[in-house]
Amino acid sequence: MTATETVPFAGTHDPNLLLQVEKVDKSFPGVKALEGMRFDLRKGEVLGLVGENGAGKSTLMKLLTGIYTRETGDFWLNGQPLEVHNPREAQAAGLAIIHQELNLVSHLTVAENIWLGREPVSGGFFTRPSEQVRKTRELLERLGLALDPKTIVSRLSVAQQQMVEIAKALSFEATKVLIMDEPTAALNDAEVDQLHELIRRFITPETGVVYISHRMAELKRIADRITVIRDGHYIDTMPMAETSLDQVISKMVGRAINTGAKPHNVRGDRPIVLSVSGLSTKALLKNVTFDLHRGEVLGFAGLMGAGRTEVARALVGADPITSGDVLLNGNPVTIRTPAHAAALGIGYLSEDRKGLGLMLQLPVVHNIAISSMSAKFSQAFFVNDKAMREAAEASRKLLSIKTPSVNQPVKYLSGGNQQKAIIARWLVKDCDILIFDEPTRGIDVGAKEEIYQLLNTLAEQGKTIIMISSELPEILRMSHRVVVMADGMIKGVLSASEASQESIMRLATHGDEALTHKTEKAGR
Amino acid sequence: MSTDSATMEAVAKSAVKDSSWRERVQQLMALAGLVLIFVVFTVASPQIFPSYSNVTAILFSTTVVGLLALGSTLVIITSGIDLSVGTAMTLSAVMSATFIVNWHIPVWLGIIMTLAFGGLVGLVNGVNVAILGLPPFIATLAMMLVAQGLALVISNARPIYFDPAAHSGYIWLSTGSIIPGTRFPNAVIVLALAAVVAFVLLNKTLLGRYDISIGSNEEATALSGINTKKWLVIIYAVAGLFVGLASIMISARLGSAQPATGAGYELQAIAAVVIGGTSLSGGKGTIVGTIIGALIISVINNGLQIISVRQEWQNVILGLVILIVVFIDQLRARRAATT
Repeated sequence: MTATETVPFAGTHDPNLLLQVEKVDKSFPGVKALEGMRFDLRKGEVLGLVGENGAGKSTLMKLLTGIYTRETGDFWLNGQPLEVHNPREAQAAGLAIIHQELNLVSHLTVAENIWLGREPVSGGFFTRPSEQVRKTRELLERLGLALDPKTIVSRLSVAQQQMVEIAKALSFEATKVLIMDEPTAALNDAEVDQLHELIRRFITPETGVVYISHRMAELKRIADRITVIRDGHYIDTMPMAETSLDQVISKMVGRAINTGAKPHNVRGDRPIVLSVSGLSTKALLKNVTFDLHRGEVLGFAGLMGAGRTEVARALVGADPITSGDVLLNGNPVTIRTPAHAAALGIGYLSEDRKGLGLMLQLPVVHNIAISSMSAKFSQAFFVNDKAMREAAEASRKLLSIKTPSVNQPVKYLSGGNQQKAIIARWLVKDCDILIFDEPTRGIDVGAKEEIYQLLNTLAEQGKTIIMISSELPEILRMSHRVVVMADGMIKGVLSASEASQESIMRLATHGDEALTHKTEKAGR
Repeated sequence: MSTDSATMEAVAKSAVKDSSWRERVQQLMALAGLVLIFVVFTVASPQIFPSYSNVTAILFSTTVVGLLALGSTLVIITSGIDLSVGTAMTLSAVMSATFIVNWHIPVWLGIIMTLAFGGLVGLVNGVNVAILGLPPFIATLAMMLVAQGLALVISNARPIYFDPAAHSGYIWLSTGSIIPGTRFPNAVIVLALAAVVAFVLLNKTLLGRYDISIGSNEEATALSGINTKKWLVIIYAVAGLFVGLASIMISARLGSAQPATGAGYELQAIAAVVIGGTSLSGGKGTIVGTIIGALIISVINNGLQIISVRQEWQNVILGLVILIVVFIDQLRARRAATT
């Protein structure tokens, strides 16, 4: 199959292929999410699908299940063209998808969840609970799952819920292709083994699995072949057994980046302003320890779910911690609320600007002044609107926030200018430590550049910056040092000279190397 | 690039104009509605309805709902709700009578204690909502029942009467007139002063800014370094102070605390707030609107009585007015969102 083919693929598909994706394009306003995307799944195999954050994995899945509509290209399932408009049709056609977030109704039982919408009925109306339980028991037995059909789903562990989700997908007689999106993100080693066992039971000469993951060690164990995608493009497909981790990583990140403005001065010799040790949370973080030097930009890299945002939230007291010590300028502090963090001069700029950053309907001036209202813009409980407006006007000039008036609701500003308004909020508050979570998400290219320059200027002026980002070029361009996280732990801290796409990705994906060794010793 | 940003700015500018224009129109609409209803009743009953004594009566009858609605406005702006204001008012009135009639506490002190009691009930609501994290609907529904029950328990389910001679000062607060030579009731002046206080609170103080900010986006406000829980407690407590004031006005007017009444006032108060253009989803609302809303309710009730419509119809018509007002508001909001 060559890239020059323009006619529809009538008859060009291979009968040995279970699922074929051919030359699929999809764009969103301003972004080409997929361009000429393709991959194929053979009968009886597990295909690993890997790519960086934003490579297009989720978009591809949503196209396959009809949540999005593709612009061009073809899908083939078992030699038949696949044309679906919603997940229900995809399911009927034999394509089952297990999403990263579980889609179970938590207060219903295992059996009720599996047959939701397809309950066995008599007389077209009355449910038959015992029949439902019997069918569930049969299904679970066939899959080798030790679950009680009558258990309420909320009482199950995340791993067990995942099993229920899979059982539900396989309860459709038609299911031939199972697509799993990061199925092991919340599982421990033993649970991962159980999941893999389940996958092996499902595989027959007529079925196949697409296994999306960034955990290389797991892919080594379960996948037959691995397909790498990057920036919406198909890169390569390799047999898993003959492919090394480094080969995969270099294919995942192989893109030229602008290193023009990379910081020359590594500021490790500056005094430590913030020292975090042993930070842990109930949900994810384990023993997070790092130092922050005055005037540096400390990048936090890692894949989705690595725990970077959680570090920021735990640090400013937005989420409870189970242990951990924080020294601010050498003094121990216990930060329980964001209000306390703000009072100490630590400002957090959430990745979710609209949900957690802005008061959208309220004017720009309110959004800038909110954090400093009680300290700077009020006398004895009464607010001083004039002072607030002056400060907002000053910020507007300083950061060149484009808005016709500071009295305008902030929702009418562009993403970049909204971000600047939040930066202004913390500058007006005189914060010395700024934690940026995805500072340029949803911001167009030109405005990104402006934000970068602004961050550089702030650091030069002595502000200290933690920058969490999923974009490696951004991390490399901005950071004096890079902390790499995976699975709630810090996997390494790289200096600007050590940091490269490869070195970061190696640390970020390497979370399960111990697991690899263990499994290999167990003898494959 | 430069033309791009120029057009963007033009678009943004027109958006600003739209949004402030929209808010002004909303207030004008409520006012226009009030005037329209007033004119309709004036035409229907030219002799009685617009007379000085009837207009005074309308204003007088607005007092209680108006005071409750002022506090409710602050709560509703946070995207909360307070269902307890009606029966909490009854309980506060019973407490006021208990202090002054049964315990012989001086009137001035009794008034202060009653206000404080109303504030305390609001504080408990605030703690239940902000600290314990109960949904405002449930927390205040529970308080509504508790207050209703306590009012009956404390009063033995019997009205407590003030002594017209010994407690004349108390009764004067509502029905007396501070303006010499007129019989313009003090209650209306109390409402006007309370409205000014609420207006200042909402527009000129930290409480008002945080109120609106919490209603617009509570989590973002907390992440901005505001102690949102503390402020929510304060806002519910302030709403309770207005309830305490309303309880003094109603018991002074009746010359007694009536423990079996009060339920239903909370819905009238919410209706006044909603008709006044405050959004139940929070972040937006005005005191002027709420007062107009309360006036619309009293004008409708009074006017229907005067043109001899059976009392049973009054709530039917009030319900329809709420539907129409909120529907029109939604319609305009939707149109603004799509253009």
